[in-house]
Amino acid sequence: MSIDLSQFFDVFFEESFEGLDIMEAELLNLQPGYEDSETINTIFRAAHSIKGGSGTFGFTSVANFTHVLETLLDQIRDGRRQLTAEHVNLLLQSVDCLRALLTALQAEEEPDLSNANELKVKFEEILGGKENVSSDTADSTSQGQESQTYQIDFKPLPHLFKTGNEPLYMLSELSELGDLETHAFCDAIPEIDDFNPEDCYLSWRLYLTTSYPESAIKEVFEWVEDDAEISITLCGGLFEDDVSVFTTPELESEKKETSSNETQNIDVPKINPATKAKPEASKKSAESTSIRVGIDKVDSLINMVGELVITQAMLTQLGEQEPTENTLAAMQEGLAQLAHNTRDLQENVMRIRMLPISFVFSRFPRLVRDTSQKLNKQVELKLLGEQTELDKTVMEKISDPMVHLVRNSLDHGLETPEDRIKAGKDPVGTVTLNAFHQGGNIVIEIMDDGRGLNTEKIKSKAIANGLIQATDELTIEEINELIFRPGFSTADEVSDISGRGVGMDVVRRNIQALNGSVEVTSAKGVGSTFTIRLPLTLAILDGQLVKVAKHTYIIPLISIVESLQIDIKKVSKVGNGLEVLRLRDEYIPILRLYQLFNHGGAIEELDKTLLVVVESDNHKVGLLVDDLLAQQQVVIKSLEANYQKVNGISGATILGDGRVSLIVDISGLIKLSGLKRPGTQELLVEQELDEVVS
Amino acid sequence: MITEKASINEQVMLADRDDDTQFLTFMMASEEYGMDILAVQEIRGWEEVTAIPNAPTYVNGAINLRGTIVPIIDLRVRFGLPQIEYGALTVVIVVSVVIKEATKIMGLVVDAVSDVYSINQETAKDVPDFQDSENSQFVQGLVNVGEKMVVLLNLKKILDLEVKQNEQLVVGG
Repeated sequence: MSIDLSQFFDVFFEESFEGLDIMEAELLNLQPGYEDSETINTIFRAAHSIKGGSGTFGFTSVANFTHVLETLLDQIRDGRRQLTAEHVNLLLQSVDCLRALLTALQAEEEPDLSNANELKVKFEEILGGKENVSSDTADSTSQGQESQTYQIDFKPLPHLFKTGNEPLYMLSELSELGDLETHAFCDAIPEIDDFNPEDCYLSWRLYLTTSYPESAIKEVFEWVEDDAEISITLCGGLFEDDVSVFTTPELESEKKETSSNETQNIDVPKINPATKAKPEASKKSAESTSIRVGIDKVDSLINMVGELVITQAMLTQLGEQEPTENTLAAMQEGLAQLAHNTRDLQENVMRIRMLPISFVFSRFPRLVRDTSQKLNKQVELKLLGEQTELDKTVMEKISDPMVHLVRNSLDHGLETPEDRIKAGKDPVGTVTLNAFHQGGNIVIEIMDDGRGLNTEKIKSKAIANGLIQATDELTIEEINELIFRPGFSTADEVSDISGRGVGMDVVRRNIQALNGSVEVTSAKGVGSTFTIRLPLTLAILDGQLVKVAKHTYIIPLISIVESLQIDIKKVSKVGNGLEVLRLRDEYIPILRLYQLFNHGGAIEELDKTLLVVVESDNHKVGLLVDDLLAQQQVVIKSLEANYQKVNGISGATILGDGRVSLIVDISGLIKLSGLKRPGTQELLVEQELDEVVS
Repeated sequence: MITEKASINEQVMLADRDDDTQFLTFMMASEEYGMDILAVQEIRGWEEVTAIPNAPTYVNGAINLRGTIVPIIDLRVRFGLPQIEYGALTVVIVVSVVIKEATKIMGLVVDAVSDVYSINQETAKDVPDFQDSENSQFVQGLVNVGEKMVVLLNLKKILDLEVKQNEQLVVGG
């Protein structure tokens, strides 16, 4: 019977990409000369799984390429080859290459093998000379050792079959390594009545005479380490202390204490991909559409649903009873409990969408490494607050702006090692990514200890671009703020790393699209810090309900500066009928919401209405509303999904009474009002205001 | 195996073609209109809607349909027919239609729901060529059911807000 393997392709690709991510992360941890065997093992296992999977599914190009890579890794982990920086680079390149191959295969395209073949040649050059490259399995590289006999005790746990493993295959695989003598123990087989056909009752003692190292035998059992008791013992003395890569340091020292003539049992430590690599496997995959949810979160949800069901049952029972004073009180109590349960449930469901920010952070070590090499700079990357949780949607969208900011820090912020030494600094620059919660926001800081922003240069550039007047007196903060203006780039040359002129304004716009903000602080010679502030979730918003004619709208609380009654004496009219309110020393343009939204029946007299002053893109405008209603948290729903984009509206929500209410989009509203010329940052009215003031 | 599957598919399609298509019909200004019943999700009574700013005149607003925001279109206005007071019989037919690769759920306000007919599509006549009427683009065909004539509608065109009707179109937009 043939099985259609294609149904497993998705799983294979997902796992392979995760495997590549693990390899990449671990490779970056490797310090040539100081490599620890566990790291190399993790890399090896990831590569091995990819090779195995791709072989099974018939992706021979991937399998063949992974094979050479694995051979090198195998030699390194056996200590037969010293890891060099060149190896790490080559391995990183092959991770990229494998990713490209797998992406092509996933898209059902013919993969481009030229890169893979080039890398393969390089690998073979490294492996060549000493090793036999064309040999079939990675393990055969150690041919030439004398034959030894191992005693292998293999006692599978009863549930072995349920994990999909078949001892027979392992035995036949072992027999390929050399002469195999098998003894099966059947004494554990129970009476027929107690016999469970899905359990494994057999165990084996095997004698294997082979020229392969012990690691080759362990590899056969690699997937069943957790599901079986395995002990591999060398018969006949010639024990080599350093053969086992699985040996933990403790075992290592134990071994030295015991006399080397004795036969030794080396229990395979319980470190295997299933337990060790899984938490790391859940790193990254930020782009994938599925999320892994911690079992604790699911458990607490189940608990809450349980409570909800109980409350509901109680209420149903109460509803069926004769209505009396007592049942009414009990009913009210039950309803209060129901409200409580619902709120808990809502909070916890929202928590499911929250993932640690390490999903985003984990792509930066590679980026920093590659970029700094390209720039000939020495950089240390520090990651802080990696466990800070953030909504998945926000996370997906914040990644690109962050990449941009980090690249900027590396390219423009940090000096070259020579300059740093001249400035009396450590030649190794530091870039720090820090994330933490503050109020209802998540704050992400990108800090570098470089030269800081060059305020003089920014100012002269801004004057040259006509963003400011030469006579303008600006504070340092205001000057730094200028880098977020469109078309602003101080890099003298356009480099391929940053400085393409589409710079910080895009970063700011992307972050603002998430209802967030970005700021910069900088000190000359000390470094600069970019601070991104984001709402924890895009799904819920704190809103101020306002009344316009007979309609209820919601203004995001975060953008409201203040609400006030209008003093008519302070309102003046400027060109084309626009009204502005003088508020302290500022002029606030007044936008009549009912006009912009085309609603009749609103209060038109300024002194009978309220003005909600809101801020967006650093511009303050006043929205004229009939009345302020309640403040509440609202769940954001898409209006666009079934309708179309509405200017000045960012979404919709459902109020407590089941009615739909629309959420006002401040920056869209400013556009709708025509206050802003397309492509400029200035409000039209600001120029006119200047005239009024002067 | 593949060829087997293909032949089964073919058979299914043939069976479909032989079978009549079912149409839900409704009344508007004494005319009977029909739409493919498979597009219909549910039929609801008229309820208050929330106005959408600067929407075309035929968009009444949006309602909350079990947590989804669903826009409501007045089909009379869309067809340029005179508006009437919404009454007890006024219904909203909630339909789901794929427009430009996205499934949109919208509500259509009509005077009253009428009947369900099985109609053989091949008996449907082409729309007579009304030179001037933009409304003809909303019509897929005409069929006779007994004595009556039913206008079969092209929902994709009706619900595509970019398809304009007459001149009374998008204010502001």
